[in-house]
Amino acid sequence: MIMGSNMAECHPVAFRWPLKAKTDHGAVLMHVDPRFTRTSAMCDIHSPIRAGSDIAFLGGIINHVINSNRWNTDPFFKEFVVNYTNAATLINPDFKDTEDLKGVFSGLSEDGKSYSNATWSYQRHPAPTPPAAKVGPFTDLLLQRVPGRPKTDPTLKNPLTVFQILKRHYSRYTPEMVERVCGCPREMFLKVANTLLNNSGRDRTSNITYAVGWTQHTVGVQIIRTAGVLQSLLGNIGRPGGGVLALRGHATIQGSTDIATLYHSLPGYLNMPDARKVHDTLKDYILTEAVPISTSYWGNFPKFAVSYFKAQFGAAATEENDYGYNYHPKITGDHSHLPMMVDMTAGRIKGFFVMGQNPAVGGQNARFQRKALSKLDWMVVRDFFETETAAFWRNSPEIQSGELKVSDIKTEVFFLPAATVPEMEGTFTNTQRLIQQHEKAADPPDDARSDSWFTYHLGKHLQQLYGDSKMERDWAIKNLLWNFDPDPQEVANWHIKDEPSAYKILKEINGYTWADKKPLPTYANLKEDGSTACGAWIYTGVIPEEGKNNAARRQGDNWISPTWGFAWPSNRRIMYNRASADPAGKPWSEKKKLIYWDPKADSGIPDAAGNPIRGKWIAPSGEGIDFMPTKAPGSRGKDNGIGFDWLGGNDPFIMRPDGKAWLFAPFGLVDGPLPTHYEPYESPVENPIYKQQSNPVLKTWKVAGNPYHKVADPNYPIIVSTYRLTEHHLSGTMSRWLPWLAELMPELFCEISPELAAERGIKNAEYVTIQTARGEIQARALVTRRMRPFVINEKVIHEIGLPWHWGWQGRARGDVVNNLSALVADPNVSIHEGKVFTCNIRAGKRGGAA
Amino acid sequence: MKISRRKFLKISSTAIGTVVASEAASLGLDAKAMTDKTAQIPMKSGKQVQSVCPYCAVGCAQIVTIDATGKIIDIQGNPDSPVNEGTLCPKGAAAYQLAVNDLRWTKVKYRAPGSDHWEDKPLDWAMKRIVDLVKNTRDANFNEYEEVPDGKGNMVRKRVMNTYAIATLGGATMDNEWNYVQQKLMHALGVVYVENQARI
Amino acid sequence: MAKGMFIDTSVCIGCKSCQVACKEWNVLEGEPTHFRQLPGAPYPIAVNFTGNSYDNTAALSATDWRHVFFIEEFSQDRSVARWFFSSDSCKHCNDAGCLNSCPTGAIIRTDMGNVFVQDDVCIGCKSCVPSCPFGVIALSPKTGTVHKCTLCNDRIHNGLGTACAKACPTGSILFGDVPELKAIADARLAKLKALGETKANIYGYDEAGGLNVFYLFLDRPMVYGQPEHPVVPQQRLPLSTAATVLGAAAIGVAALISFRERGSKKSEEEKK
Repeated sequence: MIMGSNMAECHPVAFRWPLKAKTDHGAVLMHVDPRFTRTSAMCDIHSPIRAGSDIAFLGGIINHVINSNRWNTDPFFKEFVVNYTNAATLINPDFKDTEDLKGVFSGLSEDGKSYSNATWSYQRHPAPTPPAAKVGPFTDLLLQRVPGRPKTDPTLKNPLTVFQILKRHYSRYTPEMVERVCGCPREMFLKVANTLLNNSGRDRTSNITYAVGWTQHTVGVQIIRTAGVLQSLLGNIGRPGGGVLALRGHATIQGSTDIATLYHSLPGYLNMPDARKVHDTLKDYILTEAVPISTSYWGNFPKFAVSYFKAQFGAAATEENDYGYNYHPKITGDHSHLPMMVDMTAGRIKGFFVMGQNPAVGGQNARFQRKALSKLDWMVVRDFFETETAAFWRNSPEIQSGELKVSDIKTEVFFLPAATVPEMEGTFTNTQRLIQQHEKAADPPDDARSDSWFTYHLGKHLQQLYGDSKMERDWAIKNLLWNFDPDPQEVANWHIKDEPSAYKILKEINGYTWADKKPLPTYANLKEDGSTACGAWIYTGVIPEEGKNNAARRQGDNWISPTWGFAWPSNRRIMYNRASADPAGKPWSEKKKLIYWDPKADSGIPDAAGNPIRGKWIAPSGEGIDFMPTKAPGSRGKDNGIGFDWLGGNDPFIMRPDGKAWLFAPFGLVDGPLPTHYEPYESPVENPIYKQQSNPVLKTWKVAGNPYHKVADPNYPIIVSTYRLTEHHLSGTMSRWLPWLAELMPELFCEISPELAAERGIKNAEYVTIQTARGEIQARALVTRRMRPFVINEKVIHEIGLPWHWGWQGRARGDVVNNLSALVADPNVSIHEGKVFTCNIRAGKRGGAA
Repeated sequence: MKISRRKFLKISSTAIGTVVASEAASLGLDAKAMTDKTAQIPMKSGKQVQSVCPYCAVGCAQIVTIDATGKIIDIQGNPDSPVNEGTLCPKGAAAYQLAVNDLRWTKVKYRAPGSDHWEDKPLDWAMKRIVDLVKNTRDANFNEYEEVPDGKGNMVRKRVMNTYAIATLGGATMDNEWNYVQQKLMHALGVVYVENQARI
Repeated sequence: MAKGMFIDTSVCIGCKSCQVACKEWNVLEGEPTHFRQLPGAPYPIAVNFTGNSYDNTAALSATDWRHVFFIEEFSQDRSVARWFFSSDSCKHCNDAGCLNSCPTGAIIRTDMGNVFVQDDVCIGCKSCVPSCPFGVIALSPKTGTVHKCTLCNDRIHNGLGTACAKACPTGSILFGDVPELKAIADARLAKLKALGETKANIYGYDEAGGLNVFYLFLDRPMVYGQPEHPVVPQQRLPLSTAATVLGAAAIGVAALISFRERGSKKSEEEKK
């Protein structure tokens, strides 16, 4: 099932594989999407739903599945769910569901803007007696704080079990309700639900694939969680052909998340130190972050954190100075892209680096973002072409309309030419976490340099300038470990001799022993005493030994291809793959075999007498085993241990502190433990399911230049979705300047149903104007039955579609679609709601009479 | 282009030869004997370098071909890759034109405050100027301590070691290695507005 | 053995990768008529939006050797909802109208069965243009000669397949020996018929003496923009074709050279 993704258009080569499954093996492909796209055209079933109604649809499937005859009679489902999910776990009796509180959960603050998750907690047995063992300074502290095991009822009958709470929560998501909310005929909905159900089980798995069609919502994280809950209930997690696959959109967007250039995260998914939390010292930081998750593999958090600081500050990072922790910055709020632009407008930000990004086109409420740029003292753009962002000061729509004057814009702007991929060496991480190396084929032309070159030399210059400083605030830059100068042979073939060594950077990301600088083969080698340095623990193993780069391996096979590139963590392709075997360690079926427990195999570990301990997990395909290789099925974990010691042999979800897949999230989300249908922030309808209209804790920025529409606003009755096409890339920097791509999709267009076109007197290929309170754009009309009106709550609702690739520069041009959108975001991750907001449309060009 | 008589004759004879061959084949005669007459057709070729597509996150492997002078002349899918088996989408197939493009800016451009035009500047000059701007902006706007909410309704003084005056926004088609050095340097400078396309 | 391509439109996703891969390999620029010098823009801008589904390149030309058709087949109530895609190119007909009509022998058939225009021999007389029943071959105003798909003549004579077939992400374009491709096509047709695609058909087994590039369609050929009964002008027996071409080549020498020089003069003038 493809939902929230237009896979054939946005990931055509990935779509090769499901299409092959269809043509060669009879797999059923389903597309659930508001539009009939090139993906829908290739699927067996296209189920149209109104944009923003995904949780209602998926919640409906959950309700249908757990009440179905098949799910309740085939023992596979209960066996998977009771053993591998938290269905049996008992929840705090004070917890109140949306069923009890008219659409919100217990813990909502008085102002209704935030939740406390205190009542979402597990019921637990008393805490164990801590062990006496001295393991490491931080690990010992975690061992003192291990909570009692969660209480469970494996019969799932107790009304406080997760399963019963879930069942009540989704009971009102009936096929009739799905039809009312989504505008999808109930027969179509049931066809989708039954296809998923009937193709899941011991012998079959079903996959759900999504992309930004799910993320760009004020409930984005919760939509994805709904899919996770559904797949866990269907036994489709950790197994070949199952899972919830995220199709990410950029060559190393996964790498940019893993090795985060994101305000909230350090590399390897360690939270950024935050002054609002108890993060005052390194010990505070580790305890605050690691205690709640110490009984998962995150019990190793101290090793990851200390090794990160060691990589940051090298020799200067010592036990005495908390490895430099006190010199590391702390965040104090949401510093993500949208508030960044709000703060830029307010004058808080003076200097701005924009590297390979084009917010003047791609940014939400792009007018607001372009005007923010004019408040800067300086801006450095690094790109291939003169992007709209680079040119904002000279020919933006605001300059052309006279709203801004060139001479009034005091921003000092630098354009630095960037190298293209074949002009530099480095690695990308693809959407399945596969790290692949690209080699340098040629020097970049003229002054073009790699991105790493720019940052590295900026750092070198600054380190020099701060070299004599005695100030505390300059300690971090002064002591930064910054030694990526290339060895002569690395640049022997090139004219540019001062490119930093990509190998040395990757080696530091991988991690090495501080004393003798030897690369670490696995993150199990990391230490919490400063004897290892490691930039991003999850990548350990990519350089397992000096001179060996697993990202550059190019030996494929017909399946897992374990020797093509390197998939983090530890070359594992399918995460949580312990779940591919049953509780006894046998594959659920021969057909779906991936890993299994061999009780006779030599574990490679000797016992006290020197005899080999028997029993080991085996992966015939060469797949990495996402579990402790010698932990026997059914074995019990240590109640007073952390990490793998605490986890039992049937706890596949090793990054969860109970080893189970979370149907109910006791913490980790700021907007509730169970996904719930809320309307988009701007919606033409009132929430048909709950009194609560939209996500109560979503993020808004009520500032000048960012007005919002009311619910069912008569001025803006039409739903609009923004999206991408095969022929262009994002804001167009990498496609609109290329004649081969420009001519394929030359101009901005708006997809409109014939019904709406007739209502508004719109003719195909002529111009239309689309308006919101933020802006007005014109586009060519593409009138097509691939778009359709929906009947929602007995009311006809129209929806239009706008691909957003165009701007006023380049060889293919059009208005900036994001002039229409608003700064409004998901509360968990601050992703904007670009997939659904409201607008109005009329025939004719922009600026004409309304 | 002028065509020499000798060249023309050479082309015609090849043409006639192949026409005869193909027509012979259509009459059921063996055309194999004629094959080597056309087998000497030159083709783009050169040193092949392993690469990865710069566009989406599928991670299609590419092979970049460079000619004898080191110039990129071709970018194709790598048939050995289990990800794409040599195939590419239209963007991936156009990767060559991203690198070799007459609209590409390869020199540093500079716009002075309030100016209405770009100026060409040397790379060294720009780097030095940017370094000074970063240092001055940071030094004038650095916070060692700040009053922040503690989550219990109080404001408390906390060590923050940061600056709000500099922000960075990166694309997600830039190397892992860049991401690493960028976050490393920005954290060393105290920059907290560190963002990337990856949020989207 | 004739080489050709089987275009299985039932797995085409309309991505246009074939169009770009063709241009990349064959060093073809953006189609000049798609771009226009607009006031205020420093370089030509694409102006070829058609409003015809996702098809903006519209036709084959001297620089567009491939073109993907987009056919939206929807009933009023959307109970029929299909979007067909079909990647079109020169079909390398066994009875090739262009080749038949070429007076100079510029258009040849190689030992691999592909119909190939020798740019150096073409005099730009355009007699081939109306002789193609599929509207494939076209004159380039820039070179003064005709151009079309060569079946990647250089690649196939160096042991490779065509660039479009190589790039195609879904295997909709298959390159190979024609008899083998026919076996694949027949099997695929049988499978689709069994799955209820009653209108599925193969296009190109008989048309124009048999097409070396042939298609599997899910609806009638005309829906995909192909003539149901293509008429090849100057249809001749194969042997006489060869004789004609030989004759034309022999007598065309003098005429060719003079045409050629005129053509190149013209293009030089255009450059100025």
